[in-house]
Amino acid sequence: MAYDSFHILQSTAVPLPIENVDTDQIIPARFLKATERKGFGDNLFRDWRYNQDDTPKTDFVLNNATYSGKILIGGHNFGSGSSREHAAWAIYDYGFRCVVSSFFADIFRNNCLNIGVLPVQVSPSFLATLFHAIETDPSAELLVDLPQQTVTLKATGQSEPFEINSYKKENLLNGYDDIDYLNNIKPEIVNFAAQTPL
Amino acid sequence: MKKTLFDKVWDSHVVRRIDQGPDVLFIDRHMIHEVTSPVAFLGLKNRNLSVLYPERTFATADHNTPTLNQHLPVADPLSRNQLKALEENATAHGISYWGLGHQKNGIVHVVGPEYGITQPGATIVCGDSHTSTHGAFGAIAFGIGTSEVEMVLATQCIMQPKPKKMRITINGKLNHGVTPKDVALYIISKLTTSGATGYFVEYAGEVFQQLSMEGRMTVCNLSIEMGARGGMIAPDEKTFTYIKGREFTPKGADWDKAMKYWSTLHTDEGAAFDKEITFDGSDIDPMITFGTNPGMGMSITKAIPKAELMEGGAATYKKSLDYMGYSEGETMLGKPIDYVFIGSCTNGRIEDFRAFAQVVKGHKKNENVTAWLVPGSHKVLNAIKEEGLLEIFEAADFKLREPGCSACLAMNDDKIPAGKYAVSTSNRNFEGRQGPGARTLLASPLVAAAAAITGKITDPRTLI
Repeated sequence: MAYDSFHILQSTAVPLPIENVDTDQIIPARFLKATERKGFGDNLFRDWRYNQDDTPKTDFVLNNATYSGKILIGGHNFGSGSSREHAAWAIYDYGFRCVVSSFFADIFRNNCLNIGVLPVQVSPSFLATLFHAIETDPSAELLVDLPQQTVTLKATGQSEPFEINSYKKENLLNGYDDIDYLNNIKPEIVNFAAQTPL
Repeated sequence: MKKTLFDKVWDSHVVRRIDQGPDVLFIDRHMIHEVTSPVAFLGLKNRNLSVLYPERTFATADHNTPTLNQHLPVADPLSRNQLKALEENATAHGISYWGLGHQKNGIVHVVGPEYGITQPGATIVCGDSHTSTHGAFGAIAFGIGTSEVEMVLATQCIMQPKPKKMRITINGKLNHGVTPKDVALYIISKLTTSGATGYFVEYAGEVFQQLSMEGRMTVCNLSIEMGARGGMIAPDEKTFTYIKGREFTPKGADWDKAMKYWSTLHTDEGAAFDKEITFDGSDIDPMITFGTNPGMGMSITKAIPKAELMEGGAATYKKSLDYMGYSEGETMLGKPIDYVFIGSCTNGRIEDFRAFAQVVKGHKKNENVTAWLVPGSHKVLNAIKEEGLLEIFEAADFKLREPGCSACLAMNDDKIPAGKYAVSTSNRNFEGRQGPGARTLLASPLVAAAAAITGKITDPRTLI
């Protein structure tokens, strides 16, 4: 079951050229009190997006109507810090399906892959190219092609390959998740557990 | 073949290797808390799955609990609801549950070792990035997301590619006033918050051998702050002495059998690491952070570095200093502070409160400082009382609160107000981490204590 499958995504992008964006910024801890996976997009980047009186901060990119799209582009070391999957949920719930950066924190990258958000790691120079292109023309579109494992700036055709292991790629293409896989090999796991004392 | 400690533990837990994909890794022990587990239980329900091995999962409430009046109903309805969900889920699935008010309750990474759930050679996961703490015992321990919590509940396995291996060796002796927290902040300041991403770290060398188990936990706890999935230290006599006789550790013949295995848990001479880093213990001073990530730390005596000397973008660096209200080139010593927080899974153990007491004994808390002293567990709380530390704290005008994660992530009412400076023994100084607009300075319990009695950033070596 799990999540939407991912094949090819063509979309404009929202640029966030800040480094070390941590998961406390993506979704602050005080919004982690829910017991269901609902509504996290409303609080995505809460403290960068809203003043303390809940009025929007006009200089933050999500409050700038010029930028929109299903792709979020972040600076180096995106998603560091806490393991909260809520950060990936918030990104998904807001409407993003892909995050592009020159470097991702481990747990965040895993969490994205587990819910069907594609983390695309590009070189620092290509990241700079993307930021520049979108700044110049916010309507510039990116083409993220999972089967080909490439990300392309439509206007110029500039393109870069990205890595993903073939197991995860297959999962995303089909919308499978790890629990589906693990459930299918349960007898093997039970056998292993029998030899592994508590 | 020569193997590292990490290889030995990881390889012995691989149920299946997937070509060009992750390993299916068996998890010995799983800890859960109220914040990252409810959606996992919901997932089980939606898929009509049960918990495969409830005896391998342990539940405690910690992230979202009050640290005052725990005997009263939790005031915030959302927090109350989340705590109730944990209790109901644990009870329904036959998982041991140490909720609010339970004598074994406390921060998940403090109670795990206290009760011997944490053992050498085990694989341990929890929906919390500071699960790396348990690596102090020679376990492979790391944080996971909620989807993975669901996997472990349903199948006792997760799917992860094997990380690369890094060894950080520190030889020599630590200087007076330098604590395990300073060692960790020093490493992170050198590696940056992404320097160990993709790696699992083994800490080796005289400095780590000489640390107590509590000290080793502090260091391993902060592994995630350099980007590493986890960190571990080979078990030794100190490890075995610490865990022997605890509730969940093996007894009698089982202990002897376990010891035989545990004594093999070290990196073989000549085993290869993907990366080796070496530091000298005598180069480390008491540390403090000045920015908005744990890599932005330095010796307490130094000046805030200039932007051009920092790796990465100057814009991000300046944004960070702006948030903190600091400027390049300023010295930290003497800067006024408003709050002091001692606690968390990083520094909420008895040794940390002993260190705090060592400094504040015979002094008074500065009247401009609000101090929150939050033990990591009831066991720590009881030890504080039994060892006479509480009397020292009270004589110095400090009050003790009840156990929990508290102001480390400020999910409960323990929030540092906007714009205020807090010297905190916790693990993250991210923007707003301790409350919207709060400014966090990460430091050791000694530095926190020195700040609490002077009202400003003070080198603790002048007081001890």
